[in-house]
Amino acid sequence: MKKTLTLAITIASLAATYAWAEEPRSGGVINTVIQPEPPGIIAGVHQNAPTQTVSGNIYESLLRYDTDLNPMPQLARDWTVSEDGLTYTFYLHEDATWHDGEPFTSADVVFSTDVYLREMNPRTRTILSHVKSIEAPDDHTVVFTLKNAFGPFILAFEAGTMPMMPKHIYENTDFRTNEANNHPIGTGPFKFESWDRGRVIKLVKNEDYYEEGLPYLDGINWHVIPDASSRAVAYENGTIDVLPANSVENFDIPRLSKLDNTCRTEQGQEYFSPFAMLWMNNREGPTADKRFRQAVMYALDREFVRDVLWNGLGKVPLSSFGSNASFQNDSLPPYEHDPERARELLDEMGYEGEEIRLLPIPYGETWVRWAEAVQQNLQEVGINVSTQSTDIGGWNQRLAEWDYDLAFTYLFQYGDPALGISRTYISSNIAKGSPWNNVEGYKNERVDELFDLAATAYPDKKREEYYHEAQEILHDEVPVGWLLELGFPTLYRCDVKNLVTTGIGLNDGFKNAWFDR
Amino acid sequence: MNFFARFAQNRGALVGLIILTTIILMAITAPLFFPESPWRMLQRPFLTPFEVDGFPMGTDTMGRNVAAGLMHGAWVSLLIGLVSTTVALLIGLPLGAIAGYYGGLLDDALMRFTEFFQTIPSFALAIVLVAIMQPSVTSIVLAIALVSWPPVARLVRAEFMSLRNREYVEAARLVGQGNTTIILRQILPNAMSPIIVLASLMVATAILLESSLSFLGLGDPNVMSWGYMIGAARTVIRQAWWLSFFPGLAILLTVLALNLVGEGLDDALNPKLSRERS
Repeated sequence: MKKTLTLAITIASLAATYAWAEEPRSGGVINTVIQPEPPGIIAGVHQNAPTQTVSGNIYESLLRYDTDLNPMPQLARDWTVSEDGLTYTFYLHEDATWHDGEPFTSADVVFSTDVYLREMNPRTRTILSHVKSIEAPDDHTVVFTLKNAFGPFILAFEAGTMPMMPKHIYENTDFRTNEANNHPIGTGPFKFESWDRGRVIKLVKNEDYYEEGLPYLDGINWHVIPDASSRAVAYENGTIDVLPANSVENFDIPRLSKLDNTCRTEQGQEYFSPFAMLWMNNREGPTADKRFRQAVMYALDREFVRDVLWNGLGKVPLSSFGSNASFQNDSLPPYEHDPERARELLDEMGYEGEEIRLLPIPYGETWVRWAEAVQQNLQEVGINVSTQSTDIGGWNQRLAEWDYDLAFTYLFQYGDPALGISRTYISSNIAKGSPWNNVEGYKNERVDELFDLAATAYPDKKREEYYHEAQEILHDEVPVGWLLELGFPTLYRCDVKNLVTTGIGLNDGFKNAWFDR
Repeated sequence: MNFFARFAQNRGALVGLIILTTIILMAITAPLFFPESPWRMLQRPFLTPFEVDGFPMGTDTMGRNVAAGLMHGAWVSLLIGLVSTTVALLIGLPLGAIAGYYGGLLDDALMRFTEFFQTIPSFALAIVLVAIMQPSVTSIVLAIALVSWPPVARLVRAEFMSLRNREYVEAARLVGQGNTTIILRQILPNAMSPIIVLASLMVATAILLESSLSFLGLGDPNVMSWGYMIGAARTVIRQAWWLSFFPGLAILLTVLALNLVGEGLDDALNPKLSRERS
């Protein structure tokens, strides 16, 4: 009897230990890398990817999104959308405060969206152009009234797109030169501590965070390590615990993944869904012929590139809409690797070996190898390709001036076609001087019309009809080459729990992360 | 003793010549052994050497045949080495000859100009030139030629200064030969032997320079060269040693062979000097 009791107690205590181990625990500073070093970490001032990664843990928006891009509460504890899709009402957390102790209120929301972001962030400005008025009936309620229905509006409240900025600091100042820009003040789970340029950015726990018990970590150190193989070594020797997406060369991923206590996830990119494409100059030369562009699609062996260069991660896209974007028309026939078909198309159009200039994107070894594979694929069907290597500046400039035939790029899709996809195909977005708009110079009135209708249609069923038709046209005309929906894995020590829980991954992920050590 | 016998007396030179001939044969026969483009992706990536028939040196990150790359790369390396040396000689020879023969102010002006190039670190200048002109075989040849002609000019000038007052030159002048004729017909043939030796070493340096540029990613992206192969293999050196080993060995052997041959030529062309040395 006594023995049984002892055993029972042992089992119970073991079970208790186990259960306790699964409960999040506080404590510990996490070390990771930021690549490249951001120019600044004020959410509104810079829109670079590394800026968003650091600032997303300091600043917050009204909502967060899970890995299926469903909205979750953040600064807004609740929200409603009216039947007609025109009125969005947000109810704010009542005890949220800024890092300097001032309360966070609806006035800050109105200031951030209506004044600050309209001036500072071109992408947010475009979204806000659908908004008629932003009002604050009381201290903790904000009402957005739209001019027209705009389906993707609910996706706009992400920390990098619509960060909340403190009104009491920025009102009536020059937002770019405000002294407070050296010391970010947000509402987020971590506070800015120090930035030793070229070495490390340190954030510490916000003890007064409004969500009870969060965050678990005592702080985050973002180390700046400019060389990819040094970053891999820093992970191997234990200096850092987390290798964010795209921070080491793809060739190192299989080796690092096999290390002890190493976990890997491909989640946390859903909001951005990076999509690699091949710009094809629709204005002149052989690439202006639809048959040539189709031939390119048939000539490319995209599965090979995914398996060899991207470790099998990512998806070969069907057409213009990625698999993470809403409204994908999956009834379209995929462009298979079919060199014969490519040669036929080239014969049919009468291509006679004119030189085609290919511009790779200078983002590291993987991309150089990729350009070589594309060149080889195209040469095998008889296209006379010559690769022209440039640096980032040259790549930007030549795309902005339309001086290329084929060129690599990759773009974010931002969860909704109206936010991240239409910009590549609508003719109103053709403008010299930017490598990010409709660089290929594609013009089709029906496509313009469809994207226009779809953006403001309501409800989603109607949007879908328009988008499906647009995809059919794009699929046939191939304005750009659809290479790969990129899968950027995040590597981390397995005893870091709950690291990637949202659609923007590490950009706001440290809030829920904890050490099981 | 005839020329070849003197050359062959230097055992090292003979070995160098054999290696060099092999590499030249490799370059010439590459299209016979590997008629397909060396960029062609043929097999699984990262095959180790001899794992599969027909791939004695394995495959690289993209499943391309390393042996094919090595043989086609020999052609590129030799071509760039020879052409850029020729271009460097075409710049350096006339400048040095004019400066050495005429002397005086013209000499001063030309030598200050030469020094201007010598004060800039040659590799840094080559990088800048290639980056500005965009990497291609032509721009690489030009860049290498532009950074390697000053030693030629210096050497030729020194030879001309010592030869221009020799009796046979005076005699030619008395017969009424013009300056150009004297430079080309009298002095130049007698100054050739050190120039030939220097040129053989310059080919080696040019091959090294081209490899370094390609290693840094400044090679012509359309041709497979040894430097490119090493540069591309750098990121995977821990998984696949053979990708950088074979082209590295090829560069080492070629440069070594050229140096040995250069030394042999020196012996053969300056029999007195070499006899005194030994």
